[in-house]
Parts: sequence; structure tokens; C-alpha cells
Amino acid sequence: MGAFLRLTEDLARAQAAEADRRLAAGDGGPLTGIPVAIKDVLCVEGVETTAGSRILAGFRPPYDATAVARLRQAGAVFVGMTNCDEFAMGSSTENSGYQLTRNPHDPGRVPGGSSGGSAAAVAAGEVVAALGTDTGGSIRQPAALCGVVGVKPTYGRVSRYGLIAFASSLDQVGPFARGVRDAAIVLQAIAGFDPKDATSADRPVDLLAELEAGVEGLRLGVPHQYVEVQGMEPGVKAAVDRALLELEGAGAELVEVSLPHTDYGLAAYYIIAPAECSSNLARYDSVRFGYRAEDADTLLDTYLRTRRQGFGPEVRRRIMLGTYALSAGYYDAYYLKAQKVRTLIADDFARAFQRCDAIVSATSPTVAFPIGSRTQDPLAMYLCDVLTLGANLAGLPGVSVPCGTSQGLPVGLQVLAPQWADAMALRVARAYEVVRGG
Amino acid sequence: MAEVLPDGWEAVIGMEVHVQLATRSKMFCACPADYLAAAPNSNVCEVCLGLPGVLPVVNRRAVELGVRTALALGCEVARFTRFDRKNYFYPDLPKGYQISQYELPIGRGGRLGVGAGVVRITRVHLEEDTGKLLHAGDDLQTARESLVDLNRAGVPLMEIVSEPDIHSADGAREYAEALRELLRAIGASEADMEKGQLRAEANVSVRRRGEQRLGVKTELKNINSFRFLQRAVESEIRRQVAVLESGGRVVQETRGWSESLQCTVPQRTKEYADDYRYFPEPDLPPLELDAAWVEQLRAGLPELPADRRRRLRECYGLSEFDAAQLSDPARAALFEAAVAAGASARAVANWIVQSDARLPPQHLAELVDLVERGVINREQGMQVLSEASTHGLSPAEVVRRRGLGQVSDAGALARLVDEVLAENPRAVADYRAGKQQALGALLGELRKRSGGRANMQMARDVMLDRLG
Repeated sequence: MGAFLRLTEDLARAQAAEADRRLAAGDGGPLTGIPVAIKDVLCVEGVETTAGSRILAGFRPPYDATAVARLRQAGAVFVGMTNCDEFAMGSSTENSGYQLTRNPHDPGRVPGGSSGGSAAAVAAGEVVAALGTDTGGSIRQPAALCGVVGVKPTYGRVSRYGLIAFASSLDQVGPFARGVRDAAIVLQAIAGFDPKDATSADRPVDLLAELEAGVEGLRLGVPHQYVEVQGMEPGVKAAVDRALLELEGAGAELVEVSLPHTDYGLAAYYIIAPAECSSNLARYDSVRFGYRAEDADTLLDTYLRTRRQGFGPEVRRRIMLGTYALSAGYYDAYYLKAQKVRTLIADDFARAFQRCDAIVSATSPTVAFPIGSRTQDPLAMYLCDVLTLGANLAGLPGVSVPCGTSQGLPVGLQVLAPQWADAMALRVARAYEVVRGG
Repeated sequence: MAEVLPDGWEAVIGMEVHVQLATRSKMFCACPADYLAAAPNSNVCEVCLGLPGVLPVVNRRAVELGVRTALALGCEVARFTRFDRKNYFYPDLPKGYQISQYELPIGRGGRLGVGAGVVRITRVHLEEDTGKLLHAGDDLQTARESLVDLNRAGVPLMEIVSEPDIHSADGAREYAEALRELLRAIGASEADMEKGQLRAEANVSVRRRGEQRLGVKTELKNINSFRFLQRAVESEIRRQVAVLESGGRVVQETRGWSESLQCTVPQRTKEYADDYRYFPEPDLPPLELDAAWVEQLRAGLPELPADRRRRLRECYGLSEFDAAQLSDPARAALFEAAVAAGASARAVANWIVQSDARLPPQHLAELVDLVERGVINREQGMQVLSEASTHGLSPAEVVRRRGLGQVSDAGALARLVDEVLAENPRAVADYRAGKQQALGALLGELRKRSGGRANMQMARDVMLDRLG
């Protein structure tokens, strides 16, 4: 399947032995001894962590990402680092600097991305749970395409410390699992305030208490803009419509809501994310770590060659886009305008959530597509995120839960909730699972 | 320090001063801010090294010192302030961007009294320092090898930008000195120029008197003393006037001071503005400064040097010069306590300013009194001061132990005895007639005449000898 870039066998054995001791001593928690995979953008102390990029080949961080440290603390067993699009930029994991990852439901198709390795590893049963990151849909979309559960928490819920940044104001760490409850348990373990991340929130986290409360009496918003989105496959729409009827049958009230600025989301996202990435990726200059071009004569030449050789084409494209968007004379027209759109999109959601408890839609307008089918057309690839990136722009929690198939391939139902209402998104997703007999 | 500006020309100078804040740790991580003693690249962690995935956390103390400075400079303190990224590539900048403040600095629109005038302060903002480069060669471009030391990377800096209100090299120097004094008084920085804790850059341009438009400016950098600052600005003013008078044009560029050539030399031409692609730092939420906290900091400010100088002049009648010399907090405290202990203000000021007296206030007052009363002369006073401070004795005790106040010179005593005997013939006669008490009266007279300083043992011997 190509889900893993590298296995951490020695570490896993040591952690497993320690877990056995803890369990024998009656000292285990829900994650003690559970095999998990880590997306290659989350630093694991002493383990090569490369963000799927050649430029970080051989980089072994001297620290754990906070989410990783918390899983370690909980007794999880780290099986390995999973493949992803380079620096999490992509929707098919085809932008990895190392290898392809195949969709366990059809090896000719992509697993989605950027956290495609984590999604595939969980879908194939190689691990019980995995960590991913979601900047514009990078957890929810591969979860949908691989038929597993993926959770993108509220921005600030999980520390970003040790997450190799793509776009700082959008990135969030979250779990993959085969069921909502497992995902909630992992998220509960990694969430919460971290003094090392000034954007992490000092708020209580309780994701499990209301998990089984069902949808009876809840109002679920259906934004027509998300139904009529460009490129929506009829089979996906049909699967989601069925799911909505099932939720209604379980006692939920479906209400139509409107997210009028949806059309501008993709454009705003592809200004803001590249702008932040152009700055975040400036540190890969070969001075202190990572790949260095050996054939350079001058400092400038070192920068140019190292970065040209070390980064793949999509990363270079986004660095150029972002550099342009932040340049003097263009900043107001692009970056500032995009930030204003971002505010409008957040306002759209706030208004919609006055009328409903959660918003439901498809996660991806399509099922998993054939490997290579979109690599020559960046815009087609960007459209994969059209239903997911709104939650990132607005900082909202979102869950993708499997809701049947189209053409024999998994379809994902996306549940979005208001900021900090991660528990609500999980509760609705869990209720759907129950309706489906999960 | 009379500097002659060529006839018909006016210099226009604005200052940009970077100051290292007196914090224990760096701006965004827990590494010590005191980097000078550490072996290269030992005073670092993953955060200030800019390793992948790390995040900054703002040093609260640095914000506090920034607010104190903004308040002391009379700035409007931002209720809402934030950090921005200044993006550029350089090997001493680990992240490829410097976290600084661009649009919403912590303070805006203040003023600093300099000499008789006032220089307006444009803004005060916080940022982080870069590392240091060491080149095997002249500079980065031509060096065979360059070494990078990141011990200084992330050390908290504050930048204070002035309006172009300065019109002379002396003014530039006085501005920097006044700023240093203020920063030390409020504990914001040690502001030692030689340690790089205060780095002054002058933006210098010249124009013909009466001209409203500003001339093309040059930026003077890498100046590590007040003297060099003064000389660099003076030399640069002359250079620009000479260029313009000979029909040339001033090129906008960065120049440095060459001590060996005694003139400014070009460092980097700046024909176009650098594009730093500033944008709000997404890793740090904006800071909302609590109004009550700011007021608490305002109330906690010590007396500022300019206020203290005014008070010293007005309350104690000191000269401008003495008041300036006493505006150092320790000196001012000593001065006021010694005056409170009863000594004369002017005399105390003289002792502190001219002799750098450092004694407990009571002792200083005593010393001043001993000299004022003529018990010891000023020269002896210096000796007493030195011994009193070395041995921690009171000046009176030093005078007693050393016999300093006593006249023990045989010739001087003989003259005194002769004077007393000549002026008291009746007592002399009484003594010679056998009245022993008359000797006591004569010695009493001598003691009085000597101001109590005569060595009475010796005086008695001399007198008995004379009375035969």
C-alpha cells in the first residue's frame, strides 16, 4: 500500500514491552499498547521526520511534537511514519518526495491527501489509529476516500508544537480511526492547552461524555452551496442524501442553511496558505540542517540550488504564489483581501450555526480518483478541498465519517460544528455510525 | 564641541536605536538572554535555532519592559499590539524571518528631552535579535568560509525610532546618551554600547537652509560608541555638503564609520527599498494589553532623569551641570540623603560631582561639615574621603585617628604660643607670679585660636618652654 515511509520497529517493540508492563501492573489507559502511525510532519524524537520532503532527508528532531508526546505518555505504540504530500501540500499524497501510497479499496487509486499514508494505514488495518494534519482538508478528505473516520479539531484544540508547519493559521493535528469512538479517544488524549503553543486554547476538553447522546432533537444544517458544488459526483450526492434521510429518521431536524461566500473560499485559501507557507519554509536553507546542494559557489547559489533540488514542484509553486501574494504592491490586493474573505466565511458559519447545531455535507465531491489523473492539473487537485477548507478558514471542528459507497468506493459524510464544539461534531458522526449499524 | 555646519546648510537627522532588553531569557524561548560568555552555538535550543515545527512564546517580561519604555517616552501604549514576520534570507537568521512588529507597535508618538530641546519619538517596537557571522575574508560575499554563531539569535530587542528632529552631530550624540540614561533609569536595558546592548543608527541628510524638502539620506550603521556616533555624523554631514556643493548627488546607502580613515565608508547601496513581505505572525495571537496592567506599570515607573534634573535644579538651586551629573539614581539618592542629614546642597553636589564621593549619606554630610568649618581643608578632605570609604569609617573618626585636624607643626605652634602670650600679658604675669591656673587660661585661648586643632600636648610643652 505504501502507507509507511519508515517503520519504527525498535521503538515499537520497546513501547510494546513497556505497555505490557503497564497493563500487567493495572496501570494502563485506553491507548496503552495500541499501535498507531504518525504522519511524517509530526516530529518524533530521534526518528527521521521529513514532512515527505527530500529537503529534510535524514532530519531527526531532538524533540517530540506535543501531540506525539501525549500519545507516548498514554502508552501508544509507534509503528512508523506515514507518507504524505510534501509539507502536507496536496490532496492525493502523490506530491510525496519519496513514494506513492495506494488506496486500500482500489490500488489503482489515490488515498487522498495530504495525510494519505495515515488514512491508508488505518483503512488497511495496519494500525488502529493514526495522527494526521489538516490544513484545508488533509485529514477529512483522505478519511473519506479511504473509508475511515478522520477528525479535524477546532483550531487551537491540539497543540501545533512539533508539527512541521505548512500554514500556521490553518494547520491542526487530528486522528484517524475506523470508528468515531476510537477517534474521539485519541483526540481526547492529544487535545488541550500547551504552554509551547501560544495559539493553543486553555479550555477544558471532554469529547466522550456526550458521544452517544444521538441526534434526536438536533438541527442539522444543509448548506445548498455545498450540495451544488462544482464537480459533485452524482453517486456521492446520492450517498450523502441517503445519510441525511437516515439522520432525519434518527430524530434530527434537517434545516437548510446558506454559506454565501463559499465560492470565494478556495481562492482565499490558495492565497493565505501559500503566503504562510512561503515564510514557514524559508528555514530550509541548508545552513543548520537538512539537504544542502553541494555544487554551489556562493551563498545565493546555495540557497537557490538547495531549494530547487530539495523541494518538489508543488511546494515550489506554492512558495512562489505566496511570495508574490505578500510582495509590496500586491499585499493589499491579495493577502489582505483574502483575510477579509476569511472573515466573511467565518461570519457565514456563525450565522448558519444560529439556525443549527451542526452542518452536514459530503466531505469530498468525488470518490478516490485514479493515480496520476489530476497531477497535471493543479486546479483540479485544488478542487478536492472545496468542501473542507471552509472549516480551516473559520477554525471549526469537522469530522468525516464513512457513509456508504459510490462506484464501489467509499464516500465520506462531513459534520462541521461551531468552534470548540468538537464534541458535537463527534456526537453527530457517532449517531450516524449507530444508525448505519456501527 | 563647537561643530561648524557649513554656511547655509542644515542637517536633518533621525535616529533608530536598537536596545537589548534586560530580560533573563530570550524573546521567544527559555534560553538565557546573556549570550556573551557562552561558547559558540551553546546558548541555543530548537526554538531559537528555528528547527522544523517549533513555535515562539512571547517573553512577558520583554513586553513589560517595552511598555515601561513606551510610557517613559510618553508614547501612546497600544491597547492591541501584535507581532509580524519580516522575511529575508541570511545565514544569521535561523527561521528565514525575523519576528518583529510592523503595523501595530507597542508604543507610538512619544518625546525625549535632549539638552534644551525635545526629539519626537515615532515608535517603539519589540523584536528578536539575529545570530552573528564570522567571515574568513572581508564579508559574506567574498569570504572563503563563514561561521555562524546563533547564541544571540532570539535575544529580545526593542527598536526606538525618532522623528528627524536632530540637526547636529552633538545632538545625535546627546539623543543617544539621553536615551541610554532613560533606559537605565527604568531598568529596561543596561544599554552598554560596547557590549552591543545599544546600537544607534543615524539617518542623515542635509539641505539648504529654508528648503522644506528632505535631502537624500544615508544610514550610518555599526557604530559602537557615542564618540564614534558623534564623529560619524559630523563627518557624514560634511561629506554630503561637499558632494552637493560640488554638484554631485548623495546616494541613498548604508555607510559605516571607519576609525582608521576617520570618515564614513559605504557598506551597501540601497537604490530600491527592500521588500520584507511583512505579514502578521500567525504563531502568536495579538496581545491585548490590559489597561489596568499598563496603569500599574506607569505608576511603578521611577522618577525619570529629566524630571529629576528639573527637581534638583528647582528644589536645591543646583546648576544645570550639577543637576545633570546627579541624575544617576544612586548619586541622586546619596545627594538628597546627605542634604537631609544637614549638609549644604551645593557643597554636597561638589563632593559628589567633582570627587565622586561614595559614602553613607551621614558620613558625607559629616565630611562636608568638617571642611566647611575649616577643621580640615579640602585637600585633607579628599584624603579623609578616600580613607573613610576604603575603611568604612566616619570622616570624624579618620580625622581623629590621623590627627589630621590637629596642628602639630612645631613652628606653627610656636607662632601661636607667641601670639597668645603677647596678647595676654596679665595672664603671663599671673603665671610667673605662681598662679598655676593662668596656664590653663592661656592654653584655652590657644585652643580657641587654633580652631581646636592645635596638638595640645605639644602646645603645652612649647608654652612652658617660653614661659621659662
